[in-house]
Amino acid sequence: MSQSEAVANGSPTAAGMTGFVQDWKADKQTYHVPWGKAMMWIFLVSDTFIFSCFLVGYMTVRISTADPWPLATEVFALSFFGSDPIPLILIAIMTFVLITSSGTMALAVNFGYRRDKRKTVMFMLFTAALGATFVGMQAYEWSKLIEYGVRPWSNPWGAEQFGSVFYMITGFHGLHVTAGVIYLLIVARKVARGDYDKKGYEIVEITGLYWHFVDLVWVFIFAFFYLL
Amino acid sequence: MAYVPLADQDDPHALHDPHSFITKYVWSQDHKVIAIQYGGTAIFVGLIALGLSILMRLQLGFPDSISWIDPAFYYQAVTMHGMIMVVYLLTALFLGGFGNYLIPLMCGTRDMVFPFLNMLSFWFYLLSVIILLASFFVTGGPAGAGWTLYAPQSITAGTPGSGGGMLLMLISLAVFIVAFTMGGLNYVTTILQARTRGMTLMRMPLSIWGIFTATVLGLFAFPALLVSAIMLGFDLVLGTSFFMPAMMQLGEQSTQDGGSPILFQHLFWFFGHPEVYIVALPAFGLVSDVIATHARKNIFGYRMMVWAIIAIGGLSFLVWAHHMYVSGMNPYFGFFFATTTLIIAVPTALKVYNWVLTLWQGNIRLNTPMLFAIGFIFTFVHGGLTGLFLGNVIIDVPLADTYFVVAHFHMVMGVSPVLVLYAALYHWYPKMTGRMYNETMGKVHFWCTFLGTYAIYLPMHYLGFLGVPRRYYEMGNTDFVPATAQALNANITIAAIFVATAQVLFFINIFMSLRKEKDAVGNPWGATTLEWQTPDTPPKHGNWGPELPTVYRWAYDYSVPGAKQDFIPQNEPGEEYEKTFHTRGHS
Repeated sequence: MSQSEAVANGSPTAAGMTGFVQDWKADKQTYHVPWGKAMMWIFLVSDTFIFSCFLVGYMTVRISTADPWPLATEVFALSFFGSDPIPLILIAIMTFVLITSSGTMALAVNFGYRRDKRKTVMFMLFTAALGATFVGMQAYEWSKLIEYGVRPWSNPWGAEQFGSVFYMITGFHGLHVTAGVIYLLIVARKVARGDYDKKGYEIVEITGLYWHFVDLVWVFIFAFFYLL
Repeated sequence: MAYVPLADQDDPHALHDPHSFITKYVWSQDHKVIAIQYGGTAIFVGLIALGLSILMRLQLGFPDSISWIDPAFYYQAVTMHGMIMVVYLLTALFLGGFGNYLIPLMCGTRDMVFPFLNMLSFWFYLLSVIILLASFFVTGGPAGAGWTLYAPQSITAGTPGSGGGMLLMLISLAVFIVAFTMGGLNYVTTILQARTRGMTLMRMPLSIWGIFTATVLGLFAFPALLVSAIMLGFDLVLGTSFFMPAMMQLGEQSTQDGGSPILFQHLFWFFGHPEVYIVALPAFGLVSDVIATHARKNIFGYRMMVWAIIAIGGLSFLVWAHHMYVSGMNPYFGFFFATTTLIIAVPTALKVYNWVLTLWQGNIRLNTPMLFAIGFIFTFVHGGLTGLFLGNVIIDVPLADTYFVVAHFHMVMGVSPVLVLYAALYHWYPKMTGRMYNETMGKVHFWCTFLGTYAIYLPMHYLGFLGVPRRYYEMGNTDFVPATAQALNANITIAAIFVATAQVLFFINIFMSLRKEKDAVGNPWGATTLEWQTPDTPPKHGNWGPELPTVYRWAYDYSVPGAKQDFIPQNEPGEEYEKTFHTRGHS
């Protein structure tokens, strides 16, 4: 938060190191944010540790296995109407969809703070729809891989750990997106009902924090699984 | 939009008392009821773990005297005893129990910030306990690969409980982590965001600092356990090979290969070592408050104590591989982790010095909580010193997997936190129940427990030096172990049975005292912290009546020269007697 914003909000936070010290030596509360937001931030740090452990586990087994690692460009290629297989085409679309959903989420937060209930709800629903699309495409990707014979315990191309970590980590991320879609729908419904007219629309931003986090994690998963 | 801190808000839920029995005692969202539910459940499973340890001791002290203790059962008892004590008793009782009870009271708030989530936390914890106990009743019995659950041992056919028991253990751990996360987020947010007027972070009692830091550690460390539990579960159920190297099993090449067993150990100890401090830091905090209160002196070096807690918390994430010196990891790691391990001794020793200096020239009351607190200083120094041995690679290599290790971690992580738990339970019992416990019975309980644990664990150091390996069902014909070791083992077993029996005194004490008329005053110890200043004892729902307290001073204004009493409560207005060194005689 910049200083001018802080002053506009009536919050005593000063800029830079002074503000940091002021926050931590204050009574009553350390951060000038609602409880839910503070809690969401702490949760996200904790969740970061979960995904970090998963990714470290992935790197370790990829090094420890003696069998060759399947080539991402060949595994994740898709052909349309009999064309030559296009590498990473599906995942490019999926990533585009998810990154776009971060944009629509940011718009929803913006309209929330402007107290434009209709547009807030609209953009939240749009975000949820993009999220659901992502999960749907992931299900399609999984079904294709299963069709090719990729299993958690074996696959036709090489190290069996490929399937294990792929299903585990994209599955865990997919669960996060699914939970996010449900969370978005619940909050959107409550916004539409007018539950937050008095309390303020911070909840939309809190939902947004979670959503952006899930997006950010996807960027790492995308890089580690599809590009490396 | 400006956000109004809790203490400045109008009180919407001050007088919404729950009325029906169900909302008051069963599906309760009151932090004090949840604390007691957590504590009761934790102590219940702790008793099961105690029983298992006695069965193990009977086998070790008097081999084959009980026919149904076979090797498989012995290993299962080892595993379940360790896991229950570390996770389901100590973590749950310190954070779920004392954390829940003390955070809102000591910070001056009406409840946790999200009481419903707090309630869910307990019910998930109860679910995890039920799943864990269910594993005793499945085919093959509970998990039996040691509490560290090292793969591939833990899921290889032939290890006791490697099927259903192991699966239930992993599920139970995952559910526990969910429960802990829900509770932990609440504790951290409440401490950071919902303190009362005047309660700055540097005025918080050390109990809160300990619980706060431990909870943060838990939120960052349990993810590693969750991930290793998920991967291990997949190796077990789906036949993936995260941790399974190529190996021969029952004369056949196993179908799983290419995994990394060391990865499991790294993940496990990345959780496991912070876990030691998740248990120890709340103990450090609680014992500081008990010692300051009963020595009638300010805690020595309050700021140092706070920074030591934070330093230990930070360092605890950098030492995990000292559990793995003999695992076959890169030897250069040993150098790094031995260094960090010895560095962590600095803030820890600082805390011990400060406790001793708090006692120095204090007006010490040797009542039950204080006896347990002082007993803790002894056992903790003792266990800490053997930790210096084991932290050095060159000394650890011969001592690894002997009874020296068992003695070390039981002194430092078993006995010490349990002594603090007793100190805290006796100390806060009058506040929780409104009744005083029986002092004589409490003192007898202390001496039996304190001396008894030394009778158990001192000889174990010697067994370790002899090279007696741990986790062995029986020694058989082993040349390097003299026959006298068996006599020592029998003595240890008798001492263990004695100590276990002595714990009955505690239960008689708390349950008999419960049947009395309410006889405790609000602040029987003359303590300064907020929880002793509540209008009702035990505190009612909402804790503070119509008005939240205002804090004017730090938590340790004891024996202030010129004050009308030898303590000044935190919510008493007036000049702050701030954090200066002071002894009786020198004012």
